[in-house]
Amino acid sequence: MRKYYDDISRIAGNVVTVKAGGVGYDELAVLTSDRGESLAQVIRLESNSVSLQVFAGTQGVANNDRVRFMHKPMQVPFSDALLGRVFDGSGRPRDGRGVVEADMVDIGSPAVNPVKRRMPDKMVQTGIPMIDIFNSLVESQKLPIFSVAGEPYNELLARVGLQANADIIILGGMGLRHDDYLKFRNAFEEGGVLGRAIMFIHTAADPVVECLLVPDLCLAVGEQFALQGKSVLVLLTDMTAFSDALKEIAIVMEQIPSNRGYPGDLYTQLAKRYEKAVDFDGAGSMTVLACVTMPGDDVTHPVPDNTGYITEGQFYLRNGRIEPFGSLSRLKQQVNGKTRDDHRAIMDACIQLYALCRESREKRDMGFEMSEWDTKLLAYGALFEDKIMDLSVNIPLFEALDRCWTILADCFEPAETGIRRAIIEKHWPKPLT
Amino acid sequence: MTGKIVAVHGNLVIAETDDRVVQNSVGYCVRSDDVRLLAEVVRVRGRLADMQVFEDTRGLKVGDAVELRREMLSVVLGPGLLGQIYDGLQNPLPKLAEQVGFFLKPGTYIHGLLPDTKWAFTPGVGPGASVQRGDVLGSVPEGIFKHQIMVPFSWQGSFTVEKVVPAGDYTIDDEIAVLKDDAGRSHSVRMQQEWPVKVPLNVSRRRLMPTDPLVTRVRIIDSMFPIVRGGTYCIPGPFGAGKTVLQQITSRYAEVDVVIVAACGERAGEVVETLREFPQLIDPRTGRSLMERTIIICNTSAMPVAAREASVYTAATLGEYYRQMGLHVLLLADSTSRWAQAMRELSGRLEEIPGEEAFPAYLESRIAAFYERGGALELRSGEIGTLTIGGTVSPAGGNFEEPVTQGTLKVVGAFHGLSRARSDARRYPAIDPLDSWSKYTGIIEPAKVAKVHELLIRGNEVRQMMTVVGEEGTSAEDFTVALKADFFDNCYLQQNAFDDVDGATPAERQQFVFNKILEVLDLEFGFEDKNLARQTMVRGTDLFRNWNYAASDSDEYRQLLERIDRFIATKGRDE
Repeated sequence: MRKYYDDISRIAGNVVTVKAGGVGYDELAVLTSDRGESLAQVIRLESNSVSLQVFAGTQGVANNDRVRFMHKPMQVPFSDALLGRVFDGSGRPRDGRGVVEADMVDIGSPAVNPVKRRMPDKMVQTGIPMIDIFNSLVESQKLPIFSVAGEPYNELLARVGLQANADIIILGGMGLRHDDYLKFRNAFEEGGVLGRAIMFIHTAADPVVECLLVPDLCLAVGEQFALQGKSVLVLLTDMTAFSDALKEIAIVMEQIPSNRGYPGDLYTQLAKRYEKAVDFDGAGSMTVLACVTMPGDDVTHPVPDNTGYITEGQFYLRNGRIEPFGSLSRLKQQVNGKTRDDHRAIMDACIQLYALCRESREKRDMGFEMSEWDTKLLAYGALFEDKIMDLSVNIPLFEALDRCWTILADCFEPAETGIRRAIIEKHWPKPLT
Repeated sequence: MTGKIVAVHGNLVIAETDDRVVQNSVGYCVRSDDVRLLAEVVRVRGRLADMQVFEDTRGLKVGDAVELRREMLSVVLGPGLLGQIYDGLQNPLPKLAEQVGFFLKPGTYIHGLLPDTKWAFTPGVGPGASVQRGDVLGSVPEGIFKHQIMVPFSWQGSFTVEKVVPAGDYTIDDEIAVLKDDAGRSHSVRMQQEWPVKVPLNVSRRRLMPTDPLVTRVRIIDSMFPIVRGGTYCIPGPFGAGKTVLQQITSRYAEVDVVIVAACGERAGEVVETLREFPQLIDPRTGRSLMERTIIICNTSAMPVAAREASVYTAATLGEYYRQMGLHVLLLADSTSRWAQAMRELSGRLEEIPGEEAFPAYLESRIAAFYERGGALELRSGEIGTLTIGGTVSPAGGNFEEPVTQGTLKVVGAFHGLSRARSDARRYPAIDPLDSWSKYTGIIEPAKVAKVHELLIRGNEVRQMMTVVGEEGTSAEDFTVALKADFFDNCYLQQNAFDDVDGATPAERQQFVFNKILEVLDLEFGFEDKNLARQTMVRGTDLFRNWNYAASDSDEYRQLLERIDRFIATKGRDE
């Protein structure tokens, strides 16, 4: 027998309060109104009032519409049949194909026991020298791309998705523009990875609250694949949209805002998602790469700020390039000692010289005279930006290292690079005097 | 005592009961599938008890039963704590993994000690002795320490020993002594006892002024901004400035007996590093694994937030317990901001009137009370035990004006402020030598420290001036000051944490190097031109840096020292 409740006492924002009993916290409900059915989640219980966050929004909901409780938390079907499919923020098919029939798994599972994690040590090759050489991405890492609107962060994400050698790619889109969604889809199709990709897409046209479930859906599915021993790459864009949806609900629920209107538990909410990135001791792994657009290019904004404290480093994407300064992969030390003996030396030398080049540019711009050394640095900077930093450069790690050597040899004498003599002797591409 | 749930909001549950309710007592919320979730009473209003639940509240319903207990949230104390990895509520995580697998499971609680292990007990008193709480009845060996078995700390009044078991192997639950109180009643003593985490544990004659330097082998800390055994300090810094690396180095090299690492609301990956590496690392002072002197309390950011709040108290209580044995304990809390945020989350759900940045009004007093649990004690045995507390702070936006940093600065004895500018310039450890301070006296004479500090300030002033007037407009004298300040920074304050020798400098070596550097700083170079000045100082820097990398008493060390002495004797003109 299905039991309905229709005594709705409050409709505010995307939250509906209904009189009901025997309802569990965090469980799922279905709200039926003239506009159709929408999923809703219990976010507060108070004697016989139940507050529900309605994923499709409350427009057109009447105070006698019907609510049915499912007596289970939000779940997502899990099987290999998910591969190649596209779903929306409530987990419904978005690609016109049928519903996936499979065992259901709860979303938002408890945290992984830290003693069941292993030390990450496998590098993810992306073909992007700014990542592979300078800030290597490591399997099971959680890493955001800090960027601003207008930068090609989605393209970057799609490229990493295509080139990273992951068993399963899961894309979570939050507040995505429809053409960006199509771009991702086309990119995956052309790259031939659609067969091992799963997409959960919430577009900007969908109700705002629906994007709240997207990370949880992606991570719950990814976790199951990881437990099967697969290496999973989860791409999330854009986590700022997710945080803004959290803010919206918190304010409707009259929670006291802590910083620029965001709820006090923003850190916990974000950490709960990012911390799903894991390298299981005895199973697979899940890597999380997320876009965070910084409102006003301000890294102290609560969303990038809290994210930076949670994640294992960050990439700054500015002017179409991954910034060498500020970008950081906290796990790179775990892998870049084992690739090639010159990896760390090149990493340090190229960045130090590029920093000097920027100083020389400042001097030049202020009208100071350029010394011979400055001229060398300027030439190096131009080559480095063109052949290494440019996002269109797409070469494997060893080729990228060789290319760095060529650039260094074209611009400098061996001793000027500050690289240890033993390494120079082995790798310098020109005859040594 | 029982009640019923009337409201659920996040991790806050409101229970209604007709029975007695004790503030801060624990209780269990019983889910309809009979899983019992631990909770703590945080507010009582008439028949309503507001409880924070230490687990995910998913599935709790209005009308579900609540069991209320009389006791407060407690930890169990006894032999077997060292080397353990606990969550914030003292559940051993490795055992939890054996029982429930990859994921934590709400409602699973495991005893914090080893119930079946036998410990070799040696009695320390005989029948007829008069004892009080905290007095030693005997001891068992635990790793490298003599773990003392004491009269339970919660027992008031004086007792006469009626019986002590003979030397032999006993479990923590076996009776090892019987004490008779003044009224003639007998009480049984076991090796394990409980203590409420939010009540400071301090059974002593008096609190002492902490003065004994705690050497961490990080030069900028020990020489410039020292900490002392029984003191408190904090490390605020923006993300990526190296707070956690600094804490990890300290946990390895700090010259104390027991280290308690409280990973409070931070990344799980960092804890994994500690717990995978520590068993492998050898403590140079004991020759045993570092893990044998370490307890890890690990409540990472994805673990339940109320347990995060409890975790720092759990850590403090375990630290106080070992202090009662006359040991030197260091508690490293990373990060206290996450703990404060846990308080803020609860305060918001309780709809308390918010203070600055929505933190509760009692934030500062809670921070103060936490750091006050540190300190040096003269125990009743006459021994001295200390608990040093070092907390990291993660200020929003890296801005030290925020409430947690400010509340912490008011109560700690030393401040190691990390700066983004220094970490960007790869000057590690990124402790800002201009902003940081310490109220303690360390291994270097205060007059010398003050002198160097003065030099750093002047050097900074000259540098700032030079950005306006250029090198040309700076006098040779000022220019030398700036060079000397850089020299000190490069050769002494910066330290390569990943180098075996440079990464940890013992106290004697620090004193020796510091004095050598002072000799250089005291030189009247009288440079004619700035290029020569720069070249000379670069040579000096190179000498000292390589010296830092040379193992003490190696040939390289001695050769470099000779060259340095020649450098000083000739004012750098000729080595």
